[in-house]
Amino acid sequence: MTVAVLEPTPLARKRLDSDRAARRHVMITAGVFASILLYLGLSFVQFDLASIARKWSPERASLFILDTYANKDHVEMRWDKPEEIEISFEGGFRSIYKNAPEWFTQGTPRTGSTVSFDNGGLMTIFGDRVLMSNWPDIDEDLVFRRDANGTPFVEGYRGLEDQLPEWIRITETKVEVRPSLYERLQVYTSKVEIHRYQIGWRFFWFDFDSPIRDYSFSEVWTLAFSDERIDPEMSNTGFILNEFLENDLWQHGTVLFAMVETILMALIGTLIASMVGLPLGFLAASNVSQLQGLRFVLRRLFDFLRGIDVLIWSLIFLRAFGPGLFTGIFAIAFTDTGTLGKLMSEAIENADKKQEEGVQSTGASRLQRWRYGIIPQIMPIFISQTLYYLESNTRGAVIIGAMGAGGIGLHFLGALQTGNDFENVAYIALLVLATVIAMDAFSSRLRRFLIGMDDAR
Amino acid sequence: MSTVLPVHLEQLEVNLKKMARQRAIYTLIGIGATAAVVIFGIGVANEYNAGSFQRGITNFFDYPVDMISEAWEAGWNFPPLLVKHFPELLATINMALFSTFIGFVCAMVLACFASHNMIRNKAVVSVVRRILDLLRSFPELVIAMVFLYLMGKNLLPAVIAISIHTTGALGKLFSEAIENIDTKPVDGLQSAGANWFQRVRFAVFPQVMPLFLSYGLLRMEINVRASTILGFVGAGGIGEALSTMIQWRYGDEIIAIIVLLVLTITSLDYLSEYMRSRLIGDNK
Repeated sequence: MTVAVLEPTPLARKRLDSDRAARRHVMITAGVFASILLYLGLSFVQFDLASIARKWSPERASLFILDTYANKDHVEMRWDKPEEIEISFEGGFRSIYKNAPEWFTQGTPRTGSTVSFDNGGLMTIFGDRVLMSNWPDIDEDLVFRRDANGTPFVEGYRGLEDQLPEWIRITETKVEVRPSLYERLQVYTSKVEIHRYQIGWRFFWFDFDSPIRDYSFSEVWTLAFSDERIDPEMSNTGFILNEFLENDLWQHGTVLFAMVETILMALIGTLIASMVGLPLGFLAASNVSQLQGLRFVLRRLFDFLRGIDVLIWSLIFLRAFGPGLFTGIFAIAFTDTGTLGKLMSEAIENADKKQEEGVQSTGASRLQRWRYGIIPQIMPIFISQTLYYLESNTRGAVIIGAMGAGGIGLHFLGALQTGNDFENVAYIALLVLATVIAMDAFSSRLRRFLIGMDDAR
Repeated sequence: MSTVLPVHLEQLEVNLKKMARQRAIYTLIGIGATAAVVIFGIGVANEYNAGSFQRGITNFFDYPVDMISEAWEAGWNFPPLLVKHFPELLATINMALFSTFIGFVCAMVLACFASHNMIRNKAVVSVVRRILDLLRSFPELVIAMVFLYLMGKNLLPAVIAISIHTTGALGKLFSEAIENIDTKPVDGLQSAGANWFQRVRFAVFPQVMPLFLSYGLLRMEINVRASTILGFVGAGGIGEALSTMIQWRYGDEIIAIIVLLVLTITSLDYLSEYMRSRLIGDNK
């Protein structure tokens, strides 16, 4: 009996081949995925994500976020001077209310002074105790006292501290009560402090001690056009503007000027880069410049300018010029001269030769050939690239500022590192965001106007 | 005797000259405005800068020369410094690589939802596009610093910040690439009964992958620069080492770090250019 040897038909062979190719493809894909997973695992170890997850405290983050959109009033009483209750904005020395706000009822140490909260709850400060009453979701009233040694405690819960809700924390020197993010009571050995939170950026327009602090918009509007001067030295409009810019809590004047500085850094840096980069790009393009040596030198110059990053340039300029606009301007200008020069020389080399030849055939000189044969072709690229760098440099200038050149970046860093004015941090962050978006919109408008392409959306 | 042109041609010439004049005026206004901005800005800069322009120019080379001469004096002790700072450089590069990867993946997903030819619902497309714009607009510094404050000193805040920016930047480019694809493979798959994911996987991605990868490489180079800078303001890696050495004024170490950085950036530059021309060279 003979076994028939089956020769694979061409079709079957083709099928075998494609099966093998598919298997190999699957293997390669699996290999790529496996190495990506391996890499992610290694990075997980390198970035030490596990320990970050352990250290991450949601409480700190939620307090940070709370502080960016809310503000608080402090009510403070020292046990040894129960007649004097001080109400201040954010606990500042300078911002103590002269007239008690409507949520506060003044009384004697015997009858008690009451702070009422938006949720209907009351906290009453007596000469020897603090009463927390009428609180939603809590059946009984809580009383906080001090014992003979001055240690604060919760009445009726001595030794039964574990029965108290978890938002009451008791230590040797302090009882801290925080029913929600918006109310807080701290009873110390020496004093009582109540924090009452409100949502919003208060005193954003005018400072705490400004005479027009509580004016509404329409009142300010009328004031601006009224003849009676608040300050005889200047007009009412000037006074209002001055009060706004000199606001100590928000520092509008300084912040806005810093923002302008940052925009100027980006704008002028980019303009210088484009004005220097374009001619250099011409000289470095092989179809324009005949000098091979010069071309080589310029190419390396572009690489050098780009390779030394904006970071190092700004360090060098920071030493030479000190903190200020020049540092930012030159750091941006140097780096982007390299980038734009390179891009432009490539664009010029890729330009269509026919137009240049057409112009040449009419007897144009060399300069006219460049002007009418090449520049119209590269102008759209030049403009859109310049505008693109303008956008990205606006963000870049913020960072250069933070490294020491000044402007809004440094302000942001300062506000963050102070560690308590997170509403200012949020303000500056939003201002930067708004500026970047505005620059974006402006440059895409300009691009559409200048080039007439609608890729700019 | 002068030649007389037909009336309509004469009119055409008049119009043409008018347009040329208008253009010239626009150009002049543009140049004038630009020059005014530059002059005004330099004036402001000179007024508010800590040191004056002239002194700055004359001192320009002092600092680099100081540092380089210090590095020169270090002699044979200099090369080991390069080795010493190499792990920090790796940390920075990994920071950039990791965040480019995260941003790349997020951008790939979001870009599918930001393209009119993939999603018929116009509202979804425009919402996703606005999200991408917002992600792109947030300066890395702001996000990085806030997370640094919340998490303490480590590399992650910079990774988060750069990933967010990368997602926005790549997402926009990706969605443009997806909108420009040839729709025939998509239609073909659809006619064979493929669902949305299969269409994206087998008809869209194969077409756009080379372009995506080349954008990703370009972004990688940008991100290495960005992560160095964020390191400098506190996020760790070689940027932080540089910042410390500058405070200590160790010229040789500063030069060592700068040499490492410049070598990395330049070689990445060449590498990404080479790989990009390999990836999309055929289409050019």
